[in-house]
Amino acid sequence: MPIDIDIAHVARLARLDLAEQELETLRSQLSAILEHAAKVQSLDTEGVEPSNHPLGFVNAFRADVVTGSLDRDEVLKMAPASRDGYFVTPPAMTQD
Amino acid sequence: MTETAAWEPVIGIEVHVELATQSKMFCGCAVGFGNDPNTNVCPTCLALPGALPVTNGRAIEWITKIGLALNCEISEWSVFHRKNYFYADLPKNYQISQFDIPVCHDGWLDVDADGETVRIGIERAHQEEDTGKSLHIGDGGRIHAATETLLDFNRAGVPLVEVVSKPDIRSAAQARAYAQTLREVVAELDVSDARLEEGSIRFDANISVRRGPEAEFGTKVEIKNMNSFRSLERAVDFEIKRQIAELESGGTVIQETRHWDEEAGVTSSMRTKEGSSDYRYFTEPDLVPIVVSPAWREEIRATLPELPHQRKARYAGLGVDSQTSLALSSADPQLRDLFDGAISAGADSRSAANWITGEIVAWMRREETDSIELTPEHLAEMLAMIDGNELSASAAKDVLDGLLRGEGTARQVAESRDLLQMTDAGAIESAVDAVLAENPDAVERYQGGEQKVVGFLVGQVMRATQGKADPKAVNVLLREKLS
Repeated sequence: MPIDIDIAHVARLARLDLAEQELETLRSQLSAILEHAAKVQSLDTEGVEPSNHPLGFVNAFRADVVTGSLDRDEVLKMAPASRDGYFVTPPAMTQD
Repeated sequence: MTETAAWEPVIGIEVHVELATQSKMFCGCAVGFGNDPNTNVCPTCLALPGALPVTNGRAIEWITKIGLALNCEISEWSVFHRKNYFYADLPKNYQISQFDIPVCHDGWLDVDADGETVRIGIERAHQEEDTGKSLHIGDGGRIHAATETLLDFNRAGVPLVEVVSKPDIRSAAQARAYAQTLREVVAELDVSDARLEEGSIRFDANISVRRGPEAEFGTKVEIKNMNSFRSLERAVDFEIKRQIAELESGGTVIQETRHWDEEAGVTSSMRTKEGSSDYRYFTEPDLVPIVVSPAWREEIRATLPELPHQRKARYAGLGVDSQTSLALSSADPQLRDLFDGAISAGADSRSAANWITGEIVAWMRREETDSIELTPEHLAEMLAMIDGNELSASAAKDVLDGLLRGEGTARQVAESRDLLQMTDAGAIESAVDAVLAENPDAVERYQGGEQKVVGFLVGQVMRATQGKADPKAVNVLLREKLS
């Protein structure tokens, strides 16, 4: 059963700039994935415990202890732009 | 006139509380306010490839504590989700948060506003991580006109608890009271610095209006950027009026986020935000579920301190009037301990509360100090001396000064400062006799019917005894002798 996808919307959310042909390819690929998921969804799960996580354990906690941070100069070197200890980006509100 | 009922505001408030843990929510970077930018960052909170989050157990303990203090149900089982959005303040492009199963849900908080107590429902309190701080540069820092944005990720990943109220708030005053009461509770729990000015507690409000309590909810608007309780109240008040005016002039309210401008006193539209479904929440695969067992929950409950409203009720039960108990309840904790200690030492609760919230607070303000040497036993002793007529009210203030400076017991201070009231009946009587003998014309005028002359004679006796006689006793004695 084909599933209708607003592929342009999905691309916009992920900030992907895609050509028409790429959108078409992705639409059909994503559709195949969703169809598969729909098939799984239709299975009879009567009597199966609901599960939120594939791993069989819970509460993997760390102690509230400071273990140190990276050197700032090293960190800022990885960014395209930095100044006065800050990362610099284009103005956030006009980014689309 | 229209056939419709009066407008009713419907308000819900989201409160973000930064937890004052030592380290961040999912990594071992330090949590600190005012550190140099980007000095508390590591592969996890910068989202470098391959870095994995590990949950800070203390944060889970503390959100449970907050939930219990807000009368919430604690989920035995809860999970983290990814909330996906594009914004430069979170390097991962998603925030680890909770979605359908928060740690805490369905609680309430009683707040006092407009002379009544209202119960505000708490929808949920969930655990998440804070974002980095953005500094918008250009044109006076105004967000819309910025030319670039500077980013500091020290705050990215700091444990953040979001408390979401039910839409139970009906006025700007209630909104303010709710926020203030919630802040008091969180501060009492000692799980957050709870400082508005440092942003460790922040408020957003969702507001709509409708025609009376039976009508369906109107379209809601979210307002942001309220940096004080006062600006929260002003912003809510403005937004209610704006929506009513819009609707009454035939317009519509659109669902959007509006920004409060403190200086102009108005809200203005921000960009329309992505709808909730666009956050594409899904279970965080890098973190395992959280289980707060009933045993752990009860262990945490046992650590809850006395909360402000419980304290106020206890003070009221001790006969302290509501104004004083309010003052005492929000006073410096050492003053509350002083009160409790003085009561155990036998002091009358009303006088202890009055002296603490009155004279002692005034003394601390005058002396510009938080440090007081007064012990509960000495305060109780001083109050007993007032009751026993050994100290006049004015002499007691002087004794108190000595006690606050640690000069000894109340009796020692009263003696060394020569403040004890004369209790020796014989000594008072001889002072009275001497004054009568020195003022024969006053005696004559009194006997001629001029009653008010007693005041003058009392004054003379007080002067002769350097103010240490009890004026009431002197008055009685004089009238006896003159009649």
